This record gives sequence, structure tokens and C-alpha cells, in this order.
Amino acid sequence: MGVGGMGSVYRARDLHFPNVVKLVAVKEMVNLAPDPQVRKVVIQNFEREANILATLTHPSIPSIFDYFSGDDRSYLVLEYINGKDLEAVIRDTEGFLPSAQVISWAIELCDVLSFLHNHKPDQIIFRDMKPSNVMIDNHGHIMLVDFGIAKQFQVGQKGTMIGTEGYSPPEQYRGEATHLADIYALGATIHHLLTKKDPRLEPPFSFEERPISAYNPEVSPEIEAVISRALAYEPKDRYPNVAEMKEALMAAARQTGLLSRMPSSKAMPTIQSEGIKPLWKFKCEDEVRGTPAFYDNTLFMGCYDNNLYALNAADGAFKWKYPTDGGIVSRPAISEGNVFFGSEDKRLHVIRATTGKIVWSHYADGPVRSSPRIAEGHVFIGSDDGCLHAVNSISGRAVWAFNATAAIRSTPFVANDLIYVGSENGEFYCIDFKGKVKWQFRAKRGITSSPLVTEHAVYFTSLDGHLYALDPKSGWVLWKFRLGKGSISSPTILDNLIFTGAADGFIYAVDMRTSKEAWRFRTDHQVTGSPVIYRDALYCTSIDSHLYCLDAKSGQLRWKFATEGPITGSPLVYDDIVYVGSTDHQIYALLA
Amino acid sequence: MFDKIKKFFQKETAEPSIKNESETVPLSPQQVEDIITNQSIVYELPQLVAASGQSVGKQRELNEDSLLVISTTLAGNAGNLPFGLYLVADGMGGHQYGEVASNTAMRIFGGYIMEKFHPYLFSLPTAPLDESLQDLMLAGVAQAQEAIQRDAPGSGTTLTAALVLGEQVSIAHVGDSRAYAIYPDGRFDLISRDHSLVGRLEELGQITAEEAANHPQKNVLYRALGQGDVLEPDIFTIPFPKKGTLMICSDGLWGVLSEKEMHKAICDADTLERACQNLVNAANTAGGPDNISVILVRMIG
Repeated sequence: MGVGGMGSVYRARDLHFPNVVKLVAVKEMVNLAPDPQVRKVVIQNFEREANILATLTHPSIPSIFDYFSGDDRSYLVLEYINGKDLEAVIRDTEGFLPSAQVISWAIELCDVLSFLHNHKPDQIIFRDMKPSNVMIDNHGHIMLVDFGIAKQFQVGQKGTMIGTEGYSPPEQYRGEATHLADIYALGATIHHLLTKKDPRLEPPFSFEERPISAYNPEVSPEIEAVISRALAYEPKDRYPNVAEMKEALMAAARQTGLLSRMPSSKAMPTIQSEGIKPLWKFKCEDEVRGTPAFYDNTLFMGCYDNNLYALNAADGAFKWKYPTDGGIVSRPAISEGNVFFGSEDKRLHVIRATTGKIVWSHYADGPVRSSPRIAEGHVFIGSDDGCLHAVNSISGRAVWAFNATAAIRSTPFVANDLIYVGSENGEFYCIDFKGKVKWQFRAKRGITSSPLVTEHAVYFTSLDGHLYALDPKSGWVLWKFRLGKGSISSPTILDNLIFTGAADGFIYAVDMRTSKEAWRFRTDHQVTGSPVIYRDALYCTSIDSHLYCLDAKSGQLRWKFATEGPITGSPLVYDDIVYVGSTDHQIYALLA
Repeated sequence: MFDKIKKFFQKETAEPSIKNESETVPLSPQQVEDIITNQSIVYELPQLVAASGQSVGKQRELNEDSLLVISTTLAGNAGNLPFGLYLVADGMGGHQYGEVASNTAMRIFGGYIMEKFHPYLFSLPTAPLDESLQDLMLAGVAQAQEAIQRDAPGSGTTLTAALVLGEQVSIAHVGDSRAYAIYPDGRFDLISRDHSLVGRLEELGQITAEEAANHPQKNVLYRALGQGDVLEPDIFTIPFPKKGTLMICSDGLWGVLSEKEMHKAICDADTLERACQNLVNAANTAGGPDNISVILVRMIG
């Protein structure tokens, strides 16, 4: 059935009952002690503990039928449990286990621990509470397996090390094991079940820094408080006994309606989605799929009614609009009082920010869905004609066009005298100011996402479902982070975290040094827009038609705002105001 | 830590110049440092220089540490890139197996990384590497873990490895060997985080640094290569400490000398080799209770 550190577990048939199939589990323990005297002591201890166990009668403790010892092995014959252990349950469950289920197991575990702790004449400390030692039988009830009995067979020669299990309390390392240690380990086990964060992979005693609600928002604060107390660093700060912990769990479960097995997803609706009123909104004549720009108290926004709108940012009053011959998804860039933007009419348009009068335009051979980047007196912009165009930003004179062979919808990034851009066939280019390739990298699918370049890395996502970090000088992949699905969202950064959205509907936060996920937030549809950071908040849109405001550090929802259609573009935050366009034809301004 | 490095890089990088002072002999440590810094200007290509030192110490009979030092450049369409692989492994557990574990870690991890880079070093570069550098390090650690559990069961080892490519260094770390970024101005930044019980208690404020230094369970690790079914190494990428020195060492060095003493031993030396010997000698003079291993790496040019 399994092989552990000290021996194997066998499924066996009890031949005392030849006419029926009675299954038992036989646990084999190998006696590794080299010294004959020590071996004898090990066997004696084993038999003493087996005798104690044999006297225990509890529905959550498997019955012991027999034990015997051979040369270098000892065997324990016990009740066969048809089920699987909690570690396997955690592993095989998609998403979180329902809180109601976990709490009902926790209450059963309290019962059996309480039984052991109150055992007379000698209290029994389980010592090894962890998911792999709890079986769930076919009826959904818990069974405590693998009593400390096996411990006798562990060889203690490892002098300089101990393998902590991550569930053990701090005082265990001082050699203390009281019933309060079992309470801590029970807390750790429930923490693991609710968060799916394996404590063996985290620094020891770090539960306090990893509150349950940071991973699983469905767990109520009441339940969280009970688990936190069980996990107190000092034994005296925990529940004095398991019975009290059970009481507290029941009370918390009752309060949140878990006890009556109400669907646990009914978490408290603390956030009002309808309570937020926009400062103003402005209606265009078609879908707004792009991202706005702000300049001189004016908001510039392209629309699929082919116009670029200029609105008064304070009240949304219409200033002027500039008609093109195609839809505008490109995000405008502003330089020297001019507004630069691309249109599906195959042109890069440049107009005066104050009047909306044309300054010059540049013709490409395909729709321009990339956004312009202005640097060093030039504007760089991609087009569906497969070229990255470099144009003098003052005169409008074309300087060069870099042929990428596939459409460029990604917005170029300019840093260290180099231009970084992705293309729809998955190639990523680093080009110098002469239009020559410095290095290139190939993703498995298209790169619509616009790169973000820091001194140390180039970050972008791809439709191949990865967030990439590349060395900016050589293009070597430093790390890649697996997203649930492809992405066209462009990453953004705050402190040590990098954020991006993906088509799986999640907004991800990833540690830039370790490439480990810090948090993820689920929206109800694809996230194609790019997250935006303002102060300590993250703003992001979703095709589910909402604008979300999250706490950037934790990913907790602060508020959300529903528009009347899917949002494909990104928000803009300026001076405490968030601006966002929606496919419901409207542009909204909200208080950040 | 990371921010500190970042800040350092954002600062204007003023080149210290040799002062026109009349006295020339003997040179002060600062003057030596200035000469080194100044000389480095003549190298136009960035390149890695490294040295190492090892000693069994004064109280042990066996050396259970292993180390690896490889510095070269990697040809590519973006020009020659500095490439370096440096690691220290400190074996422990049963007397018989400690050196097997650390040596296995060195061979398997080092071998895995070098095998992956073999085509880029010794063949014409063809397809780019499919895995990221962090993926490589993770896979290398997993292979070493498996090999140790198979060949030296019951033993364990620390592993602190640095893979330098261009101006980035990716670190894989398990246990209580350490990586530092050391700067001429006296800054001594610990890059890695010990996976030791005492270190964790200190982080939590349960014991003081002083208590930690004398704690009876000072050597107890909660994470080591070869131990446990699940092993999660720390893997991260940071900019190489330019103008500074990357140091990787076992606890036979950092557990015996203060940061100040280590800094002095490095700065008093005119070459990296001498600096390594100074460090080893200082640790032995202080009692040498454990095996000592140290690697120093600089990027010049």
C-alpha cells in the first residue's frame, strides 16, 4: 500500500476467516539499530506502545489485531481503512476544499485528540498530527493513523539535523511534547487544508505571517481567529485543551452558518459593488476598447466610432474629436503638445493636443493597433504590416522600418538606447536605434503584451501562457512563470512584485526575484487589459465588465465597479481619479 | 537587501582615482583598492575573476565541504557574456557520508548545469535554451537531491550555488552556507537566508543574535539537500554586485569570523587568491572548529 521511511505497509487478508474476505493492514517496521542491546530496547518499546494502542477503542482510531517481531523487523496488524489520506485529498482537489467540510473534519479530529489526551492512567500525546496521518474513510469520517509507535524505529544518528515536518510547534525543538503541541499541529493541519499552502515548503513557525484569508477569502474571520490561536507561538497562548478549541470551532462555524452546511461560498458581502458612483461618464458612438491618456487636464481616448476624443478630465465635458477612417485601440502618447496615436486606417496620426488639428501623419501598410512610444526625438510604433516604424517625432519623416514578418501590436519599450518589442508570431526583438537586431527570443505563441524593461530584466507575457523575465542585454530567460492560460496583458511593477492579467480570468502577482506567486485574484472572465498601480492599489479591468481595485500587496478586493459591457482596455489613474473606457460605449471617471 | 543593491546601482558610479599623495610605500588598503578599481578600467569586456580557499580546520579530521569554481565567457549574438558557476556544499550527518553528500551535490548539480550549457560553450549556438535559468537551477537541485537519497541515504548537505550570466546572478540555496555581496565601502550584504532553526528563532525575535551564536542547536537545519520528501530550495535572481565581490562560504567561515573580520581579511589582500587565504587563516586562527570553504568572485571590465 505504501513505502515509508521505516518500512512498508501491506494490504493483507486475515486467514482466520477463510470464508470471507477480511482485509487488514500490516505495517512493517525495519529495526536499523546496529547494537543488539539497542535493538532489544527498540522492540520492547514497540511492544509496550502496541499494547497501549490495543486498548484504545474509538471510532477514529483503527483497531489493532496483533503484533509480532522477527529478526530485524516488527509488524503491526491493524484495521484496514478503505479511503485516502488528507494529503492525497489536498493534492487531488481542484481549488479549495469547502470550509464546511474542513471544519467538520477538524471537529472530529478535536474529538479523537481529546479522547487521547484524557486517556487514563497516562495521557497519550499523538505527536505527529499532519494531513498524511489522517485518513478519510468511505463514509467521509476521519481516522487517525500512524501513531508515534513507528518513531521507535527512527535512527537518531543525523547529529546535525532534524527534518521538521512544518506542522510541529516550536517547543518540540526543546524536546517538549505536551497536548498543546497536538493543538498546534492540528491548527497547522487545518491551515494547510484551508489554504492549500504546504507548511513544509514554508519557513517554520510562519503561520502568523500567512493568514488563511490571504489565500482563501472564503474562510471567515471567526474561523481564522480560532486557527490562529491554536497556532500561537507560545504554548500558553493556545487553547488550554482540545475541548475548548472544539467549542470555539463550533461557535465560529455556527456564527457563519457553516454548521448547517450552508454553501460556504456565501462569504460576507462586505464590498458593495453597486455603491460606487462615477464622477462623470461620457458616451461615444461605439465601443471603447483602448486605454486613455492624460495631458493638461484633458483626457484623450480612442474609440471604435473612429474618433479620438478630447474630454475635460475634471467633468467629462466634450472638447473636440478628431475623425480617422478606422477604429482606434491604440493608447495615445503625448509629446511637445502633440497627441500621437495609431488607427486601423493604417495611419499614425499626430494632432495638436489643444485644438485637435492635424500636424502630420505617417502611413503604414496595415492597421496600427500598437501604441506609440516616443524617445530620443523619434516615435516608435508597430503595425499589422509586420513592421516596427521609426519616425522623426517633429518632422514626421520616416527613418526606418524594421521588418518583423508578423504583425506588431505590442507597444515598444525604449531603454538603454535599445528598443524592445514583441510580435504576433511569438518573436521578441531587441533592436538598436539603427533598426538592427541586437538579440531575439522566441516564445511558443504570439506576444501582444507590451514589454516592461527595468535595469535588470525585460518582462512580458505571451499567448503561450507564460510571464517571462529576460536578461535585457542578452535575452537569456532568467525565469518564466506559468499562467493558467495565454495572456496579452502587459505587466506592471510595485516594489518586489510584478502583476499581470491572463485569459484564465486571474490577475497574478509574482515575486520578481524568486518568480514565486504572491497572490492571484479571480475575475469572472478573461483579463486582457493591463493592471495599473497607483500608490498601494492595483487597478485592473476584466471582460466580466468590471473595474477592480485591489490591495497590491495582498490581492484583497477593495472595490469593484460594473460597467455595462466587457472592458478590454486598461485604466488610467491620475491625481486620485481612475479613467476607464468600456465596450458599453462609455468612458468613466471614478475616485481612486 | 535587493533594494539596497538597486539603490547602489542607481547611484552615479564615480570612479575612485588614485590620489596624488606623496607617500607611495607602503600602500594603504584604500590605495590598493583604488589601484585595483582603476586598473579594471583597462578591461573593455566584462569578465569574471574568481578564487577559492579550503581548509579542513583545526578540529575535524575529514573535509566534508565541496566547492566548484568555473569562470569563462559565453559566445552569442549579443557578444561575449561572462559565464560563471560557483558553489559551496557543506556535508553533514553520519561521519561516513557527509563528504559523499556534499561531493554528490557538487557533481550532480554542477554537472547538470554544465551539461545544459555545453552546447553554448563548445558547439555552435543553435536553438536557445528552452528552460529559464531558474528552472535549470531547480532541476539541478532536484537531481542532486535524488542522487544523495540514493547514494548516501541518511546524510545531507547544504548547497549554495551561483550561476552568473551577463550581469545577473541566479542563486540556488539550501541550508546554512551563505552568499554575500561585499563592497569596498564596508557594506556586507547577506544575500541568502539560512535554513537553520536558530536563524529562524532569531528572525522571530525569540532569541538574540548573541544567544543564536552560542545556541546548542546552532547546527540544526530545517532544510537540507538529501533530507525529507519535499525540498523547496530558495531560487532567485539578482544583479551581480558590480564594483563589489560575491562571496560564497560554509559556516566554518561565517560562524567563526565577524563580518568586520571577514571584510578586513578581504580588503587587506591585493589579490582574490590572497583574500581567500587570509579568510581561511583567520578562521583557523580563531579555532577552526569546522571545515572552511570560501569562494570570491568579482566582475571586472
